[in-house]
Amino acid sequence: MIGFENVRKEYPGGTVAVEDFSLEIASHEAVALVGTSGSGKTTLMRMINRMVDPTAGRVHIDDEDVAAMDPVVLRRSIGYVMQASGLLPHRTVLDNITTVPVLRGTAKGEARERARTLMDTVGLDPDLADRYPAQLSGGQQQRVGVARGLAADPNILLMDEPFGAVDPIVRDELQGELQRLQRELRKTIVFVTHDIDEAFRIGDRVAILRPGGRIAQVGTPQEILADPTDDFVASFVGADRGARTLHVEHVDGRDVVVDADGRAAGVLAGADGRLGDGGAADGDAAAGPGAEALATEERPR
Amino acid sequence: MSWVLDNLDVIAGYTGAHLVQALPPILLAFVLSLPLAKLANSRGWLRTGVTTTSGLMYAIPSLPLFVLLPGLIGTGVRSPLNIVVALTLYGLALMVPTASDGFRSVSRDVLGSATAQGYAPAARFLAVELPLAGPVLLGGVRVVAVSTISLVTVGGVLGVPSLGMLFVDGVRRGIVAEIAAGVVATAALALLTDALLVMLGRLLMPWHRGREAGRP
Repeated sequence: MIGFENVRKEYPGGTVAVEDFSLEIASHEAVALVGTSGSGKTTLMRMINRMVDPTAGRVHIDDEDVAAMDPVVLRRSIGYVMQASGLLPHRTVLDNITTVPVLRGTAKGEARERARTLMDTVGLDPDLADRYPAQLSGGQQQRVGVARGLAADPNILLMDEPFGAVDPIVRDELQGELQRLQRELRKTIVFVTHDIDEAFRIGDRVAILRPGGRIAQVGTPQEILADPTDDFVASFVGADRGARTLHVEHVDGRDVVVDADGRAAGVLAGADGRLGDGGAADGDAAAGPGAEALATEERPR
Repeated sequence: MSWVLDNLDVIAGYTGAHLVQALPPILLAFVLSLPLAKLANSRGWLRTGVTTTSGLMYAIPSLPLFVLLPGLIGTGVRSPLNIVVALTLYGLALMVPTASDGFRSVSRDVLGSATAQGYAPAARFLAVELPLAGPVLLGGVRVVAVSTISLVTVGGVLGVPSLGMLFVDGVRRGIVAEIAAGVVATAALALLTDALLVMLGRLLMPWHRGREAGRP
């Protein structure tokens, strides 16, 4: 469990990055901090591993104040994944993944063995083990970053816009992989992003931040979509633009979900997870070729 | 040519003396430049000051410096120590601004990420910052090495033994082969040292070579 208690960060010169922030993050929960630049989301995340120390208030992990912990020891116990630029460019893929275990004193052979298993876990070709980061694609670098974050088997994983530098198709793939990994590993994840769709996809709960780290709304994606607290949240999640205001139209006997602009968002599935057939008895008809085209997801602009 | 063959032992002796005076300043300039550059980078005004001072230091002519140093540091006029001290100063003048650039060339994201992984400050410097500044540092050391090896010859004018003695003596006695031997041996020494440094760089910085070769 991670707790923020009335945390404030003020830099010399008077800039206030975070005014007064409190939030509890349960163990095994993935929380996405989402906001524009200046919302203090990265600053807040970095308070957890003491890359930033708060000016006031306290951050605790399992009821222990992080201010009382040795920052170097603390950081080695927390996985940290950032954009691709965070890999050590002078170390091979395998050496990057073994960074933290080796710092913690794990024997090199043992660390490498585990790193190879992790490469498999995150979907990296074993042949890439001896490459340098610059020799990998953006998506591969990001997978190495995730493997490195997991290498010491930490309870907590901090992810700072980890998929921000890759193209949309690869990002979608990586988000899917992270969801799969999280179902298996059940880490406590704090995920920072400016992309609300990514936040909704990764976060069990999402905290939408205003400038200065002020919480606009915290809740599950469903709660936020169902009941945005104010215009700021509604605008942030796209509810005001109609992209999230969906309604059902009947097309060829199926229920097609359409947004406010009339763009198809997908096909409505029944409670059993199968595609709805709009009342027709023959459920197989839903698997016809038309369904795939209709299921193309429309993203809010 | 026959002069060279007859005097191989003299040339070898001078080459040894030359290296004894050239290698310590190269090594000292490199090692001392690292903390000085780190210090300079810690404050904006200090960096400007260091860069300016370095430029001015290099403008001091070497011969007068060799002559003045014994008075300042209390060594004998013909002591090779004068040469070592003076050339270390010249080496620093070249190396400190280069090292300062080298450390600034290291991505702050990479350093931040290394800290986040749990590198303690000293380990981060040795294992991350220093190697990543390596290519720029190597460039600086190569210039310092070649310039130092060439500057050692100036001591020959004062009678400090080095390959420089070959041209001083050759000019005085009118032996063209001796002058040529001095020039060629100095140049060869400089080129050889440079080649060794390049090889050392390839050995120590394999990732950089990979980058030069381009993506597979």
